Amino acid sequence: MKAKNASKLTFSTITPNAGLTAAADKSRSDIIGEISASKMKGRGGAGFPTGTKWNLAAAARGNQKYVVCNADEGEPGTFKDRVILLDHADLVFEGMTIAGKAIGSSIGIVYLRGEYTYLVPHLEAILARRREEKLLGKSIMGRNGFDFDIHLHMGSGAYVCGEETALIESLEGHRGEPRNRPPYPVDTGYMGEPTIVNNVETFAWAACIMSKGADWFKAIGTDKSTGLKLFSVSGDCAYPGVYEFPMGITVRKLLESVGAADAKAVQIGGASGHCIPAPEFDRTIAYEDIATGGSIIVFGQGRDMLQIARNFMEFFVEESCGQCTPCRDGNVKLLEGIEMLEMGECSMSYLRELESLGETMQLASKCGLGQSSPNAFLSIVKNFKEEIMGRLP
Amino acid sequence: MLVTERERLRDDIKAWSQTFGTERNALIPILQEVQKKYSNISQYAMQVIADVLDIHPVEVYSVVSFYSFLNDKPKGKYVIRLCQTISCDMQGKDRVARQLENDLGITFGETTPDGKFSLEFANCLGMCDQGPAMLINDQVYTHVTPEKVHDILENIRRTFGVFALETKEGHH
Ligand SMILES: Cc1cc2nc3c(=O)[nH]c(=O)nc-3n(C[C@H](O)[C@H](O)[C@H](O)COP(=O)(O)O)c2cc1C
Ligand code: SF4
Ligand code: FES
Repeated sequence: MKAKNASKLTFSTITPNAGLTAAADKSRSDIIGEISASKMKGRGGAGFPTGTKWNLAAAARGNQKYVVCNADEGEPGTFKDRVILLDHADLVFEGMTIAGKAIGSSIGIVYLRGEYTYLVPHLEAILARRREEKLLGKSIMGRNGFDFDIHLHMGSGAYVCGEETALIESLEGHRGEPRNRPPYPVDTGYMGEPTIVNNVETFAWAACIMSKGADWFKAIGTDKSTGLKLFSVSGDCAYPGVYEFPMGITVRKLLESVGAADAKAVQIGGASGHCIPAPEFDRTIAYEDIATGGSIIVFGQGRDMLQIARNFMEFFVEESCGQCTPCRDGNVKLLEGIEMLEMGECSMSYLRELESLGETMQLASKCGLGQSSPNAFLSIVKNFKEEIMGRLP
Repeated sequence: MLVTERERLRDDIKAWSQTFGTERNALIPILQEVQKKYSNISQYAMQVIADVLDIHPVEVYSVVSFYSFLNDKPKGKYVIRLCQTISCDMQGKDRVARQLENDLGITFGETTPDGKFSLEFANCLGMCDQGPAMLINDQVYTHVTPEKVHDILENIRRTFGVFALETKEGHH
């Protein structure tokens, strides 16, 4: 089950535990300083600076802080975290252990989506080996007081649980309904204690940064979007799989590398991301332009854009937690609108109403799910009006 | 439910509460174990769990109803979840869906009369570069074609048969 391109990843070139060895002798503030200096932003999609997050949790008061690895990976078109956990789990656990030392936590939890249950024996075996090698447990690497252990917690099939506050609710044994913020998890997270939630890939890069230094990482990418990033590429392309590219790469360059130079459009960021049409392929993938957790779905020339919009909308109607009205009702309305378009029964003025409904959802929804669920619909309406209006059913 | 089965369920839940504790954060791990072993979480199971964790049964039900992998209604021994999300859709999941229905004689959302298979759709399984993808219980199947459906089901039917035979022999 090795991923096709996984051997080309930087992760394969990192000396095991070099980052942890470096961190073991550093002060907490020096570790956080190194991560901050790298200017890495979270690899899960939202793009919050990792060093800042760790610093907030380090500074917060608590009895028992927590390091949580978000392995819920439910965004349509994303599978790089699965590949990382399959081929580079040691690096992820190493990064979590470094984070434990940095914020002063002795407990790490991996929230693994239920769909990845088949990874459990593999991950448990690696955790057991790390305990034997004194890389987890009490007095890690012989350092008195450096205690940290990691356990797995399984998800149960709910996309919204990838949202960090819903994830915490779920860990605590509740329905995965997102919380109001503030307070933020770095203050009041799991069990009311300071908690950092980071993506699988973020922890792996943190270990690389501790090993190779912030300057190495910062030298790659753009000023606002530093470093390398993993992408999950699927859809109409010759070579689907996991790829590593520097941040700031153009859409065109990426598509050429995966054998999809003649694409009609590409969905960047999964169902909650944006649909980029061919005329915009010179835009860049970076926090300052098109931000993404790494999902790239290619649409070839023959694809019906309305059918794509419908598939995404059905996804959100199913996955909305139903807590707030804009998202619960809005997604249903947008899906009905798509059905009207399919039947060729949608007037331009009603389409405008749907667009403004989508904009309201972006502003008024409680969490990122409802705030981003209209994105795909809005970008397809904007860029493919000619194709979706006046259809003959 | 038979009395002995109730007793077995109650003993199991007690044992799992030893492993996971009796705090609220033990709820979902315990529910997952019940689901895995009994293929559903019955009213009775919810009542026992509520007692053990000292919460109201409605609280337990509310959690069960939220998660798509937790079910109060009985399901087949093998739950087939075919990915319906866009990348698998573009790789031909509709035809695989049709063939699954044909070979099992049920439609999506149903369970075969012998209680062996349930058929469901799922959202993205994280196998988008190798679609169409599906899960059968915890196992993942990739590049599924209509033609392969029969062999996959036969393989499972065979293991199921062997499994049934082994347990029968165990009673001798
Ligand atoms: C609906 C929804 C689903 C999400 N799913 C995931 C996920 O599966 N994995 C993930 O890392 N982040 C996910 N996120 C983002 C998390 O809320 C959070 O920003 C992230 O885990 C922080 O880690 P990072 O800073 O390392 O990226 C999701 C957000 C939303 C709104
Ligand atoms: S936006 Fe949607 S998913 Fe988020 S809290 Fe509201 S209803 Fe739930
Ligand atoms: S779209 Fe089917 S596995 Fe991702």
